Amino acid sequence: MADKADVWQGTLALMVLKTIETMGPLHGYGIARRIEQTSGGLLSLNYGTIYPALLKLEQEGSISSEWGLSENNRKAKFYRLTRSGRRQLKQEERHWEQTTAILARFLSPTEDHA
Amino acid sequence: MKRLRVWTLRLAGMFSKGERDTELADEIDSHLQMHIDDNLRAGMTLEQARRDAMLKLGGVELTKQAYREGNTIPFLENLLQDFSFAIRQMRKNLGFTCTAILTLALGMSASVAIFAFVDATLIKPLPYQNPSRLVGVFESISMFPHSNLSYLDYLDWKERNQVFSSLDVYQHTGFKLSTPDGAQPARGSRVSDGFFRTLGVSPLLGRDFYSGEDLLAAPRTVILSYAAWQTRYGGKEDVLGQTVNLDGNPNTIIGVLPKEFHFVPAEPAEFWTALHASGGCDLRRSCHNLYGVARLKDGLSVPTALAEMTSIAQQLEVLYPDSNRGQGAAVIPLSEVIVGDIRPILLVLLSGAGLLLLIASVNVSSLLLVRSESRKREIAVRSALGASRARLVLQFVTEGLVLVMAGTVLGVVSAYWAMQLLTRLIPTDMIARMPFIQGLGLSIRVIAFACVISLLAAALFSITPTLRLSLSPSLEGLAEGSRGSAGMMWRRLGSKLVVLELATAMVLLVGAGLLGKSLYLLLNVEIGFQPDHLALLEAGAPQSRYGKDEQAIALASQIVSRIASLPGVKAVAISASGQLPVGSNGNTTWFRVLGRPWHGEHNEVPERQVSSGYFTTLGAKLLSGRYFNDAEDSSKPRVAIINQELARQYFPNEDPLGQQLSYLSDPPVPMEIIGIVDDIKEGPLDTPTPPVLYVPFNQSTDTYFGVVVRTSQAERSLLATLTATIRQIDHDIVTVGGVTMNDRINDSAYLHRSSAWLVGGFAVLAFLLGVVGLYGVVAYSVSRRTREIGVRMALGAQRSSVYKLILKEAGWLTALGIILGLVFSVAAATLMRGLLFGVSSWDVQTLLVVAVVLSVSALLASFIPARRAASVNPVDALRSE
Repeated sequence: MADKADVWQGTLALMVLKTIETMGPLHGYGIARRIEQTSGGLLSLNYGTIYPALLKLEQEGSISSEWGLSENNRKAKFYRLTRSGRRQLKQEERHWEQTTAILARFLSPTEDHA
Repeated sequence: MKRLRVWTLRLAGMFSKGERDTELADEIDSHLQMHIDDNLRAGMTLEQARRDAMLKLGGVELTKQAYREGNTIPFLENLLQDFSFAIRQMRKNLGFTCTAILTLALGMSASVAIFAFVDATLIKPLPYQNPSRLVGVFESISMFPHSNLSYLDYLDWKERNQVFSSLDVYQHTGFKLSTPDGAQPARGSRVSDGFFRTLGVSPLLGRDFYSGEDLLAAPRTVILSYAAWQTRYGGKEDVLGQTVNLDGNPNTIIGVLPKEFHFVPAEPAEFWTALHASGGCDLRRSCHNLYGVARLKDGLSVPTALAEMTSIAQQLEVLYPDSNRGQGAAVIPLSEVIVGDIRPILLVLLSGAGLLLLIASVNVSSLLLVRSESRKREIAVRSALGASRARLVLQFVTEGLVLVMAGTVLGVVSAYWAMQLLTRLIPTDMIARMPFIQGLGLSIRVIAFACVISLLAAALFSITPTLRLSLSPSLEGLAEGSRGSAGMMWRRLGSKLVVLELATAMVLLVGAGLLGKSLYLLLNVEIGFQPDHLALLEAGAPQSRYGKDEQAIALASQIVSRIASLPGVKAVAISASGQLPVGSNGNTTWFRVLGRPWHGEHNEVPERQVSSGYFTTLGAKLLSGRYFNDAEDSSKPRVAIINQELARQYFPNEDPLGQQLSYLSDPPVPMEIIGIVDDIKEGPLDTPTPPVLYVPFNQSTDTYFGVVVRTSQAERSLLATLTATIRQIDHDIVTVGGVTMNDRINDSAYLHRSSAWLVGGFAVLAFLLGVVGLYGVVAYSVSRRTREIGVRMALGAQRSSVYKLILKEAGWLTALGIILGLVFSVAAATLMRGLLFGVSSWDVQTLLVVAVVLSVSALLASFIPARRAASVNPVDALRSE
């Protein structure tokens, strides 16, 4: 089994938001599953940790929740993005891209230092 | 913004916890179901599928816990838990809880109630603009350091001074108010035109006096107090321009004062008229009837102003030696004029209440200490189970807070009642002169005060048991029956507390004893007449009809004869200017002894113009000579009676009888001393009787009378009849202040009485708390030492030696408390010696009585547990654990 990375502090929220944005309204299990899949199995995620993260996002007003039926006709709580959630996602995406870009510059050898 | 939203939701989450919990459980449930479904589809067995789902979730309880912490505020949640635990603990121990809360509430309510008075009187700023710049301005003579100004002196002072931005005067007086039912008495003040501007007060309605409106030539105008406007004119706005007849003069109403306005030195006052200096007194430089109030110029201090006014007074002494010789000046802050008398009393009361609060708090903390001792095992178990120190301390803090909160609420509520009660106990006359008391209540400052002391108490109550916690290793608590160092430690701290309590109780008892003794001595001071069965009344007749000598004499004799014919009346007498015994030492005159060298010095003594029956009615004692008779009027040679003090001071080695005195008139008019009377307390009870000069009313008449009536029946029942009888003579005569002499004496000692009673009450409570505290300490120590006592007795100790063991401990504590208390008491009594009358702060009798009472009660209190200790059955005691 390859080494799996833990979820970095503060990135779970971003992953959750992005997942909901791509997938549309989704339940906690689905989100956890999806995050794991998207990471290509490189991320070790305790599914349980998704719930405090969802609670926090809901308290902050980025997502809202509603009970509904899953594809297998199970009762499940579905989370959807709110307008402010969408805004937050955009912001964090930008922020994250910037951060990674900066780090990438540090980590990859560059030619133009004279 | 987002933060706020999160915290609000979390806070709300604390209250809907159950709901959220089930919802989360449902959600996790559905999560697991879906996961299991997927796993089954992937080909796992049901067992495997379930196991894998659980594993991936990472533990159901862990998830729930993490979720819960996110959903609520853990710190608050703990606190809430502590609270409910504290309340459960206290419910279980109802006796302890009630004692602690009641004790605390007692201390709180006393302090808060007294503080409310202090606040209303001393702290709340006076209702004037920039009141700290206002000063009272007086003339000053040796007999009265703060005496009145004469009008002419006032004009000179006003013109010559460079230190006041304005100087004005007022005279508190009574008016005869004309009404359709005849004249009615009304209180009022005459003020100079700038009086209200100096104070920085503008009328609520209408206008202030114009400058110059106080001159004789100006039309007479009056400003109403708010109360007069409401009660006499129904608060109608058309009152302006109406005319009101005061002392026979029509006055136009030009304004109404604001509701919150008061000016204590001239209260109660309904009508504020402009001065209109006229008549005998106003225009005579030697007749002093006004008080000054002034606003200091910016940057100038009271001493500077005093120096300036003193030098002006000296210039006037040179200019007008006849009238101004020896007339100095006095300038003091206006707040001093207003509350100078009650400040020391209030401060003593506040200290008393504070000490009571101290005792109460100490008592409660020693209770807490005892309880924390008995909860040693609980604490040990909790810390063994993993409770952090902080968590344990927080528990104590919470318990302290709950106690204090309950005590504070109860204390503040009862303080409110106490305030109402105390206000009702103040005589109405007194209340009228204390308008600032009307604002009494739970003001913000009072609430803040209550909060501060409850915070202090809370700190004390949470620190005490915490101290205990930090001093004993908690492991020891787990050991069965262990009671080594911790018990010792309690005895050390607990017993110190009781010493403090006893010492404090001693201070309060001594204070109360001294004040009580002062009151007793004051009420039993030699007054020189028999006060029982005397009824008093003042009556004012219109100047226009009774101003001439023969008219006044006729009226006086009519009043005397009509009242004398009432059933039960034994004797009646009259005194001019309404001057009656146990009043003030005012109404003074200057005299000289004829036939002796005289260099213009002012021998100033109170003068009383009295009818022939004055001394016999009062029951005074004639030392030599004779009393006046009715025939002695202005057609006869002038005569005088002097009191013993005057004889002692002015005729030390000769017989005063037959000597001639004279007022400082030119040429002198001789009056012969025909009698010497034992000193009658004409002035206040607490000042020594000065020399007093008595002259016959018929030779020195007035239209304002004091009437003294001696009756054989209950004097109180006569008062209404007296008023009616006088009003029958003429409806335009007003009567004021019907009172019995005993009430007058009692009321005059009001401040002494109230402070004695209140401090006495505090002292009794403190005494009880102190003795109960000692009992608690000894009883507790006995209960801790049961086994030790058992061992001693098993080894052959006698019961008497057990008694000795216990009583020795109590005796030590008591002795220490009393000695400490003695030192503090003398110090405290020295601080309040201004309030004492006839006793020194070192009154051995009081100190001794208090020490004996305290030690006897302390011994009794410790005897009960000692008996219990001595009656211990050694076998039971040894088996008891």
